[in-house]
Amino acid sequence: MQPDVASRPRGRSELPLLRFDRVERTLHWVNATLFGILMLTGAALYAGPISTIVGNRETVRFLHVYSGLLLPIPLLIAVLGRHGTRLRRDLGRLNRWSRDDMHWLRRKRRSTIRLGKFNPGQKLNASFIAGAGVVMLATGSIMHWFDAFPIDWRTGATFMHDWFALGIWIAVLGHIFFALRDSDALESMWQGDVSAKWARTKAPLWYREQRELEKAEHAGAKTETAAPEVPR
Amino acid sequence: MADDLQPGAPVGRRVFFSLLGVGAAGILFGSRAQDWLEREVGPLISKDGTGLASLLPFGRFRIYTVTGGLPSRSRSDYKLKVKGLVDQPLTLSYADITAMEPTALTRDFQCVTGWRVHDVAWKGVRLGDVLDRAGVQAEASAVRFTSFDGAYSESLTLEQARRRDVLVAYEFEGSQLSDMHGGPVRLYVAPMYGYKSLKWLDSIELTRHVEEGYWEVRGYDVDGWVGRSNGRDDDAT
Repeated sequence: MQPDVASRPRGRSELPLLRFDRVERTLHWVNATLFGILMLTGAALYAGPISTIVGNRETVRFLHVYSGLLLPIPLLIAVLGRHGTRLRRDLGRLNRWSRDDMHWLRRKRRSTIRLGKFNPGQKLNASFIAGAGVVMLATGSIMHWFDAFPIDWRTGATFMHDWFALGIWIAVLGHIFFALRDSDALESMWQGDVSAKWARTKAPLWYREQRELEKAEHAGAKTETAAPEVPR
Repeated sequence: MADDLQPGAPVGRRVFFSLLGVGAAGILFGSRAQDWLEREVGPLISKDGTGLASLLPFGRFRIYTVTGGLPSRSRSDYKLKVKGLVDQPLTLSYADITAMEPTALTRDFQCVTGWRVHDVAWKGVRLGDVLDRAGVQAEASAVRFTSFDGAYSESLTLEQARRRDVLVAYEFEGSQLSDMHGGPVRLYVAPMYGYKSLKWLDSIELTRHVEEGYWEVRGYDVDGWVGRSNGRDDDAT
């Protein structure tokens, strides 16, 4: 059961791996900025004590509504088109859960489980933020263009918007907390690369996939035909 | 390594679509879920001394306070002051107020931030009756209200204050007004946005001119008619 990657000789000189390309990094930080604006202006609109410190309700509301409407645009630009190849592949990885992922999330056999590029916490966070983002956009639109909807819908939309906002606050704070605990992972969202050591320990299946890819490249194969980390 | 060879299940997609389902159900039925939560969980929240729980989105009403936490005053300690340009300044106890002729109103409650609650039942005394009891002097043309939260204030013109749908309210949905909803006694200005209905009413002062209230200083309209102010076109309440 000894994984082949572990037995491979490795020196300090082993090259780093590209974890996120420029498109993914840019999208991440554009989204982070929009989420930051939305969460802070949202808090200022929702919580009385904060409203009174911030004031300027009209300006705050304007910022909140238009940052919200902008939110899907960077993602669509990044995901559509040829520059989005890596992003699309990573979205695929976030979607697919192995049986090991399930075990890991339930804290079973964590020491022996070998993960892919994303751990199940990251996968769950990504799916939650994606779903919650759509719900916020829909409910926020109902709240903004309230004329077009029955009053019960407006009430329901407000109710959902508030609860999902709470969920998003928890998810984003959790995301930041885990990012700050793993400086290599955080660094890779700025610079793109992670060390081989990080990849071997945190994402061994991905590490193996990437090294095999390199070998194939040396042998003259094309990059785009990379084998997925989870064979289908 | 058999697990590695399993094709991964599309759990991410399932989570994503489940959330959309929850969101859609919430839009359609959230208003009912909210009524239930308010009934079951609302009473617990008003017992939380820190006021933090009141920030959670329970209930049909969003509870806004401009200070940290919920102010609280018992019915036995409660005093309403009527002062300013009056013949006879008054200090009314809770019992004094409830002994006056009651008026009940059931109207939608519309917040300027967008939420609206259908058919809310209020009971109180007409503000006009309270003013008459103190005797309004000729030079008075407006009424100013302050809250015992120590920060909030509101104003109405004398004409608005004498409307029959403006109450000094002490009952809400058939029971005594809770801390959360501005009890023991608050103002209820039925035809205007919620911010005009000052909570935790402390004093009523007759003044020469309208003095801007807490939110008006911060840009809200002084005449807060529902549907005809603050750039909104909600249905009138």
